[in-house]
Amino acid sequence: MNIDLLLPLIGIPIVVLGFALRFNPLLVVTLAGLVTGLAVGMDFLAVLETFGEKFMNSRQLASSLLILPVIGLLERHGLKERAQAWVASIRVASTGRILMLYFVVREVSAALGLLSLGGHAQTVRPLLAPMAEGAASNRHGELPPHIRDRIAAHAAACDNVALFFGEDIFIAFGAVLLMTAFLKENGITNVEPLAIGLWAIPTALCALVIHLFRLSRLDASIARQIHEWQQGLNGQAGSKP
Amino acid sequence: MTSIISIDLVFYLIGVIVMLVAGMTLRDASNPKRYTTAAFWFLFGSSFLFGDLMIMYLGKPMTYRVVGLIVLIIAGIAGANLLGAGTKPDDGVAARRKSAERLGNRLFIPALAIPLITVFLTLFGKELMVGGIHFLDQKNLTLTSLALACIGAIAIGQRITGSSPVVAIRESRRLVDAIGWALILPQMLAMLGGVFVAAKTGTSIQAIVNLFVDPQSRFALVTIYCLSMAAFTMIMGNAFAAFPVMTAGIALPFLILQHHGDPAPIVAIGMFAGYCGTLMTPMAANFNIVPAALLELKDKYQVIKIQIPTALCVLACNIFLMYFLAFP
Repeated sequence: MNIDLLLPLIGIPIVVLGFALRFNPLLVVTLAGLVTGLAVGMDFLAVLETFGEKFMNSRQLASSLLILPVIGLLERHGLKERAQAWVASIRVASTGRILMLYFVVREVSAALGLLSLGGHAQTVRPLLAPMAEGAASNRHGELPPHIRDRIAAHAAACDNVALFFGEDIFIAFGAVLLMTAFLKENGITNVEPLAIGLWAIPTALCALVIHLFRLSRLDASIARQIHEWQQGLNGQAGSKP
Repeated sequence: MTSIISIDLVFYLIGVIVMLVAGMTLRDASNPKRYTTAAFWFLFGSSFLFGDLMIMYLGKPMTYRVVGLIVLIIAGIAGANLLGAGTKPDDGVAARRKSAERLGNRLFIPALAIPLITVFLTLFGKELMVGGIHFLDQKNLTLTSLALACIGAIAIGQRITGSSPVVAIRESRRLVDAIGWALILPQMLAMLGGVFVAAKTGTSIQAIVNLFVDPQSRFALVTIYCLSMAAFTMIMGNAFAAFPVMTAGIALPFLILQHHGDPAPIVAIGMFAGYCGTLMTPMAANFNIVPAALLELKDKYQVIKIQIPTALCVLACNIFLMYFLAFP
């Protein structure tokens, strides 16, 4: 195996090890970039220039900062508490059902191109996660931190999975245009964006079925975990002299 | 300038928010690491406030070097564990419950206004012209729409809650403190992706994957294409970066040209195989790590852990779907 072929890969073990050993990710990623650049013979200034260029040209990734003032203001005035109280007034609401409903709405609206209708800063943190937690605490009382975290993580996962497998059905989405452009460049000119959008539907349906199946079992799993946690507490209390 | 609300304006707005956060941090005696934390946010904010000015006066190569240096310092501050948070003056749950009761469902209006205004502007704002020039940046429609939606939501929020803008900024600082370095990670990863592209990491991966290719077995080819899309996406954190490399390396020569597969399902499902990788990697920070920070989860990898079972099942489905749909 040619060493020149392996050198560009040196960043990968650095990232994997650094993340696994839980060093600060900013440091790990920067080091991986620096080492990779130097390993393939770029000089330090060239690496620095690549860093700066890519950092500047990806500033749109920090756009969740725009949403923080609104969310902060509303949370200060009890948005989370209101979301939980509102869910409590709906008798059939449960964590699993709320997430399932959100999942379907999010995937269908993404397929229609309405990508900004959800998102982690705008809907998951202020609305979805508090509602999903609220529904669980209505049934089980105050939630232990690990259950709260699990429900919140499920809310975020719900948004990701629904968005990813819905958006490619929408023919004006960047990924579909990228695929069409790639095929054209490589001499395959008879594929329309519509065809790619249509062939995205089977996977989108699979993702829908698989994730809804998991969410349909979530309520029972939460109840079981809370039961175990309470037993653990009682056991501790009982063992005290 | 070709539009009234341009992307530059949005970056200035982000820069102002970050600078206010940095200023408040500097004055916060309850944060034991307030100087380094303030420096961290000041450096980050300056790439938004002064970045375009520097390009104008120093030219691109010099600006990029300066920003590159800023990035190294930011990573150093975070890596040396010099990022701290203030102890927040909290009114407590009781006060928030009372306020929630007083305001009722009106509290939802500004929160819902953000997605609704954004979607409305992206759908109907594109053609809007004021005095012969476009109102919204045509190339960054979603982002400019989002910025306007946030300003609108803040205005509505101020009216409903009757509090001053200072509260919004103070609360932003609380959130920024809680999220911390994760806010910057997506840009750092884009940067690493840039170095990988410059170093031709993709070509190396393609060469290694090709060692495992058996051009005769159609099912093995489909499996390798899907798995390598997922794996390379996990490394790059982005399926768009993996797609051209893996598709040109495996799908095009073997699946499409040699085995005469239908290109549309191959590329559509191949891209989805990449998305399965996106669900499983910390490198896709804005989907997997930033939310964990936003939700203040103890384990920053918990969102990924929850997504792995779905991602693996969908990946397996993709292999079979491609095998049966692309080769009828």
